[in-house]
Amino acid sequence: MTELKLPSIDYSALSPILIMLGTALLGVLVEALVPRRWRHVVQLTLALLAVLAALTMVVLNADERMITAGQALAVDGPTLFLQGAILVLAAMALLLIGDRSVERGGAFVAQAAVTAESADDRRQAEGRNGLTEVYPLTTFAIGGMLIFVAANDLLTMFIALEVFSLPLYLLCALARRRRLLSQEAAMKYFLLGAYSSAFFLFGVALIYGFTSGIPGRTAGVDFATINAAVSESPASQVLLFAGMALLAIGLLFKAAAAPFHVWTPDVYQGAPTPVTGFMAACTKVAAFGALLRVFHVAFADAAWDFTPVLGAVAVLTMLVGAVLAVTQTDIKRLLAYSSIANAGYLLVGVLAPSRDGLSGTMFYLVAYGFSVLAAFAVVTLVRDADGEATHLSRWAGLGRRSPFFAGLFTFILLAFAGIPLTSGFTSKFAIFGPALDGGQAWLVIAGVLTSMVLAFPYLRVVVMMWLSEPGESTPTVTVPGGLTAAALMIGVLATLVLGVAPAPLLDLATGAAEFVR
Amino acid sequence: MSNFPFLSVLTVAPLVGALVVAFLPRSRPDLAKQVAFAWSLLVLVLSVVMWVSFNAGGDRFQFRESYSWIPNWGVSFTFAADGIALVMLMLIAVLVPLVILASWHDAESSKRSVPVYFALLLVLECTMIGVFAAADVFLFYVFFEVMLVPMYFLIGSYGGHQRQYAAVKFFLYSLVGGLFMLAAVIGLWVVGGKTFDWQALSQVDISTGTERWLFLGFFLAFAIKAPFFPFHTWLPDAGGAAPAGAAALLVGVLDKVGTFGILRYCLPLFPEASKWFAPWALALGVIGIVYAALLAVGQNDLKRLVSYTSIAHFGFIGVGIFAFTTQAGTGAVLYMLNHGLATGLLFLVVGMLISRRGSSLISDFGGAGKLVPLLAGVLFFAGLASLALPGTAPFISEFLVLIGTFTVNKPVAVIATLGIILAAAYVLWMVQRTTQGTLNPALTEVDGMRRDLNLREKVVVAPLIALIVLLGFFPKPVTDVINPAVQATMDDIGRTDPAPSVGGTVQEAAK
Repeated sequence: MTELKLPSIDYSALSPILIMLGTALLGVLVEALVPRRWRHVVQLTLALLAVLAALTMVVLNADERMITAGQALAVDGPTLFLQGAILVLAAMALLLIGDRSVERGGAFVAQAAVTAESADDRRQAEGRNGLTEVYPLTTFAIGGMLIFVAANDLLTMFIALEVFSLPLYLLCALARRRRLLSQEAAMKYFLLGAYSSAFFLFGVALIYGFTSGIPGRTAGVDFATINAAVSESPASQVLLFAGMALLAIGLLFKAAAAPFHVWTPDVYQGAPTPVTGFMAACTKVAAFGALLRVFHVAFADAAWDFTPVLGAVAVLTMLVGAVLAVTQTDIKRLLAYSSIANAGYLLVGVLAPSRDGLSGTMFYLVAYGFSVLAAFAVVTLVRDADGEATHLSRWAGLGRRSPFFAGLFTFILLAFAGIPLTSGFTSKFAIFGPALDGGQAWLVIAGVLTSMVLAFPYLRVVVMMWLSEPGESTPTVTVPGGLTAAALMIGVLATLVLGVAPAPLLDLATGAAEFVR
Repeated sequence: MSNFPFLSVLTVAPLVGALVVAFLPRSRPDLAKQVAFAWSLLVLVLSVVMWVSFNAGGDRFQFRESYSWIPNWGVSFTFAADGIALVMLMLIAVLVPLVILASWHDAESSKRSVPVYFALLLVLECTMIGVFAAADVFLFYVFFEVMLVPMYFLIGSYGGHQRQYAAVKFFLYSLVGGLFMLAAVIGLWVVGGKTFDWQALSQVDISTGTERWLFLGFFLAFAIKAPFFPFHTWLPDAGGAAPAGAAALLVGVLDKVGTFGILRYCLPLFPEASKWFAPWALALGVIGIVYAALLAVGQNDLKRLVSYTSIAHFGFIGVGIFAFTTQAGTGAVLYMLNHGLATGLLFLVVGMLISRRGSSLISDFGGAGKLVPLLAGVLFFAGLASLALPGTAPFISEFLVLIGTFTVNKPVAVIATLGIILAAAYVLWMVQRTTQGTLNPALTEVDGMRRDLNLREKVVVAPLIALIVLLGFFPKPVTDVINPAVQATMDDIGRTDPAPSVGGTVQEAAK
């Protein structure tokens, strides 16, 4: 009988994850112990401090390159870069989540169990303070994402996927207004998410089968073993391809790539807007972080096999996102389809088989995250008596009513459209350049063509805001409280700075763009 | 003096001015106008100093400056000007103050912020100067795209009838072209060894197939911008809807970015492909000359008419560029300048007429010369310049294009000559219907039509008239600057002029 050896764990390298999960647990205790009127302040402070502490640890660990906790977690350049990105974006999202001045009592429902549309529901919507459970839920999600991008075997990855998905399902259901829409969104997200998790798990099982039977190695789902199995395994290639496909379905679902995107518009529309922003920015980073690691580390040697399929998915995603964005009349749905199209561009980056491709994709994730959070921050501000006015026709003439915020939103839209001097342009370049360099000209052409289509819906919003006359029902823009204003300004400034002087972040991304295997 | 960083200062100065103007209080529109005008005069003075310190016989590219920007991608702020760019920069510097002066009251009728209008004009000047001064392909692309934004708002916010439609159409057409160019720019970056420096890229050998695709990407963007037939449909809408001053800049300068881009980027960077595509480009040019002229004859809207005449003129410029002779090339560049002056004048004068009458339809005029004789006279002069009457500057450029083309491609030159006849038709008929003939009784009831040119308007038109006449008789200072640059471009694509068969007379004409 062999002696059981405990794996060595480098606690300092894992500290960002531990901090976030620990704070989440602490947050649950706060819910139980702290008086109601203090909870909001305590929870928000706690969550923000935790994010800051975790970010500090990421920065301190910047030079770590290791695989720790057995083969379960890899702490390397991409992990640290993406963890940093998730934490920064999550801090912005937390500012939006914590804001209680734009909407009295915050964007969240006061009592989730109240029947939607009932008299109680109307009373809670009038200004009772929202749930504070959202903070531990968010912190759990952030912690899960941090594991997700660091996971070095498929089982850990699966657990991380569940850890960050379950809180998100709940968060989606907690909108203060339009509760039915919100609950429907959560239900859809949960059901489809559960399916996709099942696909993922089935894929893990097949891959496990594929790795067995290599002389001198035990079967396993850590990436080194899978990588070895791709070239050496005596098992049938069908196992590999089927397993890869099922894994990809699970990951592409989270990344909102076509044809696994159908949940996105409904969920983005129904979820409370700060949560939508959180999903659009952080979930995207986490999902693509995992995609990058799975396809660049575990299946690197099968690139010939997966590139055409993922390429087709990328083209389809760009097309679906761009074309359907044109027909949207709701700003949140429009941004959802735009986020789908952006997932397509990111896939182009994933398929660029070089260090530049990897760093370009990471740069894109950060740049897009900042812009999209700022965009949703503006969406929270445009409101009337019934909450946010998300129908596009309501935005007519907004530029006349509130030139400042309409100007900021125009700038963000121009960034989405890829106009130079915004991060939207530099990040497109960061992805298309390496893709063309890697011989994926067809993907770049598809990307450019869909960008043209996608420019139209953005431009339509600009026209709405500036060139239309304000109507009777044009809502006013609420002057934001400090938290939302801070998040908005950070997002807009980052969009500008990354567009005008992208070199520092590019350097950082290039320096980090190497996986440990 | 040539060590002074002219180009970067010229690019940044209008932007600073725009910021100053934009933050002036909205309640003091006159102050904003004065500051904007003074600022544009400052840019003009600086440009004149630059023109004087340009050494026509010296290096091809002068005033070169380079600052690092995004080292990861080999992008730098590199500015440099050859003779062609210098002429265009001068045109911008001359036109912008005149446009500001001519647009003095344009923004007031729109209910929108007056300072912002003038700030947008200055932002536009910044991007226009940048696009001609850039010697880094990435930097050029940045200005090329950003240029759309101020123009979009000028048309969309301050324009006339159907401004929203026109603004969106303008933006989308240009953006589509720009994105094709972006793909080609990235392609060029990849085959050129990860650099964007123009001079380094012009030394790169590219395989024939790749070169043709890259050429096509750039050419498409420029053909939409210029615009050449069949990519022209946005221009009449944009030109028709834009306020007259912005329209003068749109047609006078912005569209020249297209032809300038072909000369600076398509020809030297992709010489083989340029030769391969030349017959097609010539065909587009010739079709544009005839087709747009015919459409111009049929227009009943003054600004749309002028827009169509411009498309015909861009056909001439395109023919001149792709004939690949020094005379035709010089003629084309000279045409870019002269067209900016003549059509700029025509747009401004037409704008003065329209603002008086409150309508841009030709059928609403008739016999206006009896009420506003001076204005009608200037319109007549601008029309004559636009149809290239001998003695006005456009004649020389049109003539150079035609003889330069005739030496290598007789059919094209002959068909293009038809354009001159058609030009006479659309200009003279337009002048006749608006200012000549019996007085339209409705005109006498419009207050504005009783006021002839005031001092401000005289100051606007006088310099343009003087320049058109001056360059019509004495183009040497300009051709001296243009010639070496065109010669160098012809060398880049490896074409030499055919030996003149009748000893040197053609060369004489070029001088």
